[in-house]
Amino acid sequence: MKTEILKVHNLRVYYHTPLGPLKAVDGVAFNLRTGERFGLVGESGSGKSTLALAIMRLIKPPGRIEAGQILLNGQDLLKLSKDEIRQVRLTKIALVPQGAMNSLNPVMRIKDQTIDGILNHMKAISRKELNERVFELLERVGLNPEVAGMFPHELSGGMKQRVCLAIAISLNPEVIIADEPTSALDVVVQRQVMLTLYHMQETTGVSVLLVGHDMGLMAQFVNRIGVMYAGRLVEVGSVREIFKSSLHPYTKLLIDCPPTLERKGEFKGIPGLPPLLLRPPSGCVFHPRCSKVMRHCSVEVPRLHEVDPGRWAACHLYGNGEI
Amino acid sequence: MGCLSFVWEWGDMKALLQAQNVKKVFTSGSLLEKNETLALEDLSLFIQESPPTVTGVAGESGSGKTTLARLLLGFIAPSEGKVLYRGRELQKMSRYERLEFRREVQAIFQDPFEVYNPFYKVDHMLTTPVAKYHLASSRSESRKMIEEALEVIGLQSEETIGRYPHQLSGGQRQRVMVARALLMKPRIILADEPVSMVDASLRATILKSLLKLKQEFDISLFYISHDLTTTYQISDDILILYQGSVVEVGDVELVIKKPQHPYTQLLIASIPQPDPNQKWGQDSAPQVKQLSIKVNHGCKSVRCFLYKDASVIPGNTIGKIMAQKRKGAITRRKRLQESAR
Amino acid sequence: MKTLGKSLGRAAAYGRRNPKLVIGMVFILLLLLFWLIGSLLVDLTQSQPISGLPDQSPSLQYLLGTDSNGRDLLAVMIVGTGLTLRIGILAGTIGLGVAVILGFLSGYYGGLLDTLIKGIVDVLLTVPPLAVLVVIAAMRAEAITLNYMIVIVASLSWMLPTRTIRAQVLTLRERAYISMAKLSGMNNLEIIVKELMPNLMPYLAAGFVSIAATAVLASIGLEALGLGPQYLPTLGMTIFWAISFSALFRGMWWWWLPPVVIIVILFVGLFLLTAGMDEIANPKLRKTM
Repeated sequence: MKTEILKVHNLRVYYHTPLGPLKAVDGVAFNLRTGERFGLVGESGSGKSTLALAIMRLIKPPGRIEAGQILLNGQDLLKLSKDEIRQVRLTKIALVPQGAMNSLNPVMRIKDQTIDGILNHMKAISRKELNERVFELLERVGLNPEVAGMFPHELSGGMKQRVCLAIAISLNPEVIIADEPTSALDVVVQRQVMLTLYHMQETTGVSVLLVGHDMGLMAQFVNRIGVMYAGRLVEVGSVREIFKSSLHPYTKLLIDCPPTLERKGEFKGIPGLPPLLLRPPSGCVFHPRCSKVMRHCSVEVPRLHEVDPGRWAACHLYGNGEI
Repeated sequence: MGCLSFVWEWGDMKALLQAQNVKKVFTSGSLLEKNETLALEDLSLFIQESPPTVTGVAGESGSGKTTLARLLLGFIAPSEGKVLYRGRELQKMSRYERLEFRREVQAIFQDPFEVYNPFYKVDHMLTTPVAKYHLASSRSESRKMIEEALEVIGLQSEETIGRYPHQLSGGQRQRVMVARALLMKPRIILADEPVSMVDASLRATILKSLLKLKQEFDISLFYISHDLTTTYQISDDILILYQGSVVEVGDVELVIKKPQHPYTQLLIASIPQPDPNQKWGQDSAPQVKQLSIKVNHGCKSVRCFLYKDASVIPGNTIGKIMAQKRKGAITRRKRLQESAR
Repeated sequence: MKTLGKSLGRAAAYGRRNPKLVIGMVFILLLLLFWLIGSLLVDLTQSQPISGLPDQSPSLQYLLGTDSNGRDLLAVMIVGTGLTLRIGILAGTIGLGVAVILGFLSGYYGGLLDTLIKGIVDVLLTVPPLAVLVVIAAMRAEAITLNYMIVIVASLSWMLPTRTIRAQVLTLRERAYISMAKLSGMNNLEIIVKELMPNLMPYLAAGFVSIAATAVLASIGLEALGLGPQYLPTLGMTIFWAISFSALFRGMWWWWLPPVVIIVILFVGLFLLTAGMDEIANPKLRKTM
């Protein structure tokens, strides 16, 4: 039985706009197990990136974490002071944000940028050890050691992204959160980078939370998937079970609708429009677009509950978890 | 390299827009230090007059697809070779011919925000071409034409006309662009990544309206994208572009289902399948080397384990391949094998 | 001019967030009103010499007194303010006109034309404007007219705005909506006027104010040295006469103080206006207009 390294309870993150609170994350709870690859999938506006930022406590006003607990090894991150959370970042949890490759300092060599991150958290290391560490990290992500002396503009997009991965693991964190790490990359390079991440995860045993919108990518990479819609988790399960027989109607649409190379067909989109997060629909947030909608769905909000062992769904088709 | 003189008829098919052995080199730097980047090399293709067809160009970044788009639209001139419309070289057209060309070859670009002048309402984008191409004789007729075009795309004029670009969503803005293209009743619409910056839920709608243009209005499409899947869905023929050269061309079903060139195979194998049982790297996809080396001629697949020192195949061969559309996907390598025999 | 109206409307909304701009405009407006209302209420022929008894201190008859040549100083101030404002506006228009033409041509077409214009601008920028102006003015000291002055001061103030406009055009030229304009059948001139210029309104306005301010400063400077139009009662010339006739030592405060006050209001107003405009023109502080 794997232990749970990250537990999120009832997290709410609201953005306070002049028109009212925008409920970006509205009561999300899930667990990340040690050594697993968990995929958080959802379209834009689902709240997945906000959730990733919230775990790192990087939410800025007008966004605010309204409620909830984020337990890392039992320690509630939301209760830590500013200095303490700074220590936790990079040493315990690392974030590879969207467009990370653009956040590399263009006038610093790769080596210096990596060392910068390490030095911020660990002072007592010799120069020699630092350099060795850099080479070791680059090797971990499949890059040539000569990359250390290069500048970001000399590298391709995929290589820059792998540098960001290297920086993320530089202090051996227990959790890595990767927010759309390959969305700006070509498909061939994407495969390279994801395989690198995969191998690295297998060798180090770090737990990875992959945030994205591409179900195909999830199928290739993760062990378990959590599906987000309009700020809520609507389904959680193992990757095989979700693809074989998903529970929530939205999950089914996410899997079936995108075009494939199998055959040419009618262009299918997900019917209806994305919900307004300022005034979400009553009851189940998905009900206006659901093909299996029942009368009850517009009345009561379905809770995420365990339908079968290891399979959670927030849908009235499976009852509401009352015992 | 033999330079055959070209007529603008390939067998019995008249070419509407074509590129002949087009090469584009960008130079940068000062007088003392010149940097040359080869964007496109010896590229030939054509779009026929009728029936309308959807030609897809798939390529990753650095493949030269943006340069190709700009060359075909006449925004830049080729370093070597020619781009012709109705048999007339773009660079040599008279003002009148140029105007005709501009109206008949329209474009839809990637960024749905940048294409609008933020100073004007979106109406400006629609009324300007009507005025400049004299498509309507009065304000009211112009207004009617615009409303009809918007309706075809499925947009209400109350939602769009009179609004500023930032008041519309990305998907709506892009659809207005499609309506604008339709307004001019062009022969060819060149779409450069039209849906990559649009929300996934709206992509299907936009692609459907593009296909509608071909089916109901006889407009040929030239669809450029890095996303092989949507390119496959919409195209009849496809060209695979890699580092400035066409590596595979032919009927889209054949190229995708039975790819011949290692790069095409790599591209297809790298697409993450939404099926946990079909993992990457399980089939015999070619390995990828780390650093890509810029090769100025020859077979570009330096990354490919099959790399051999192949010599250049003249672009007109590729052009002929395009003309023999239904004869299946033929790659440069195969041609090399044939000529070596 | 619908586009101008639109620009002004948005500028007004912005004014609330930019107090420098508003205060600067208020100062200039005050001077404008002074001139307008003054022209209606006061007999301006009195600004010529021998209009009244010389060296009179302020009284009910002559509210600002008279100078040593018998000019009614209130009339002089009103006429002078008007003339100085006229110098500013005309020089601003001429200078901006040149800057717009050269800046747009240079930025949009590039190539040899751009290199040529850029070269001229860069060379002329090294010329010390006031020194050259002094020399030019001194060469024709006797016969300087107001229009001559306007042309002189405009001639050395257009270079920096040309550069700014060129730089902006270079950026905007690559925007996708310019490509769309070409696809819509617009020719280059139409693109410059209809697509680029409206987006450059802030820069054009800022350029106008900066050229006008430089022109006004330069003209007052030249006049104070005696190199201005001798027969016109401009503010600068008044100061020149005041110095020549030792008004300071003779305690004739009503001669040298009013022009100084007006000039101070003018300078401060122009300065605040330029600073406020700077905020508009600085792309970091502005979103795309």
